[in-house]
Amino acid sequence: MTRFSLLALAREALGGHRGWQPHWRDATPRDFYEVVIVGGGGHGLATAYYLAKEFGITNVAVLEKGWIGNGNVGRNTTIIRSNYLLPGNVPFYELSMKLWEGLEQDFNYNAMVSQRGVLNLFHSDPQRDAYARRGNSMRLHGVDAELLDRDGVRAIAPFLNFDDARFPIQGGLLQPRGGTARHDAVAWGYSRGASLRGVDIIQNCEVTGLDVVQGRVIGVQTSRGPIRAGKVAMAVAGSTSRVAKMAGLTLPIESHVIQAFVSEGIKPLIPGVITFGAGHFYISQSDKGGLVFGGDVDGYNTYAQRGNLPVVEDVCEGGMALMPMIGRVRVLRNWGGLLDMSMDGSPIIDRSPIDGLYLNCGWCYGGFKATPGSGFCFAHLIAKDAPHPVAAAYRLDRYATGALIDEKGVGAHPNLH
Amino acid sequence: MRIPCPYCGSRDLSEFVYHGDAAPKRPDPAAENASELFYTYVYLRENPAGPLRELWYHASGCRSWLIVTRDTRTHDIAGAVLAMESAS
Repeated sequence: MTRFSLLALAREALGGHRGWQPHWRDATPRDFYEVVIVGGGGHGLATAYYLAKEFGITNVAVLEKGWIGNGNVGRNTTIIRSNYLLPGNVPFYELSMKLWEGLEQDFNYNAMVSQRGVLNLFHSDPQRDAYARRGNSMRLHGVDAELLDRDGVRAIAPFLNFDDARFPIQGGLLQPRGGTARHDAVAWGYSRGASLRGVDIIQNCEVTGLDVVQGRVIGVQTSRGPIRAGKVAMAVAGSTSRVAKMAGLTLPIESHVIQAFVSEGIKPLIPGVITFGAGHFYISQSDKGGLVFGGDVDGYNTYAQRGNLPVVEDVCEGGMALMPMIGRVRVLRNWGGLLDMSMDGSPIIDRSPIDGLYLNCGWCYGGFKATPGSGFCFAHLIAKDAPHPVAAAYRLDRYATGALIDEKGVGAHPNLH
Repeated sequence: MRIPCPYCGSRDLSEFVYHGDAAPKRPDPAAENASELFYTYVYLRENPAGPLRELWYHASGCRSWLIVTRDTRTHDIAGAVLAMESAS
């Protein structure tokens, strides 16, 4: 496969671009793999990539029931950031942020990582205090954070509705290194990097059973036949409970849906990622020109990959309150993606009670930004059978021990995180 | 999605508050293994893909707690009863 470079581009341009090859192999399943990864989403592909590249394990299969890019990796709003508050979270998301910063060089693929800044607005004195605390926590962990006053926000986004009667904008917390990435290219780049190193990426291969003998997983049953495995790693956010049930496990997870929206393409308008602090609305603009935005989860258990109208109305109201000018832009598409909502709003990267079966789940609505870190730490766990230091708090047993990581402090209500 | 409230009739989703799976029952705090029982009650969920009996509160209506049977794959609602009458 071609290594992408200016030279390769020039060569192909001279040849009329007829020489490009598929970026990764569409493999057929073999009988045995050292590691079988269930789920060919961003996290599964990243896990395979880092297993091969960082830990030298290349006898790996990634099983995907649909096709690469159809799941949550292509359904999110492409935001990357590490603006977390709690000690269990910040180092992990900052590792992920650092991996984003070097990702394109690392896997030789243009993922369009763009550090255009993430700005969270505040609208009251108590909210300013809360954001100052969050910013301080970030800086103590070595993450960039700036508390902006009204004029600071105005310099970045003069078009905002600063003097809204109910929720005037008082300032914002800015993470300049945050931004966006092109989510499809992230899936393709990891697929290509893993495939180049010998990983089999197998599409249209649904796992229908987990073979467990005397408390140890020895393989999987799939729609394309049985596959034996040394280790089985689950990265199936949205369907975690269903797959775990095949091994007799009940988990602290509920499946929910979140909706996302994109407008018709317009000229550059929104400079970075902006979030409304008085409701739930966030927005950025893709390089193609569409405004990409979203808001709250729908709030009920579902596997339907589509939401309902009350949230559509709520999201649009939030947008109109924050930046009334977007009322003149037409919404082009909206869609839903499944969320693996955990009971404390934070993920799980851990061994399961079954030997050889590893869990990567509970990403709630924040899985995309975590893709590189999740893949790296999950690969570490699988390869060394020990958690990576920055993901050590993401234990399955924390719900029993009480060592929860609840950023919002809302308790065991998945639809409120 | 519209929910058939036994008092109010078919009402819009936005009038209701969701409280999740109706199956978990608060365990006896005096039980010997109470901490294990409470862990299961508070945190573990079956999370089925298919019919689910779940609690909804008709906050902007009659303020009744309902048990709604809904398919999580399609959002089809098979029926709703008052939680008070269904409890046993």
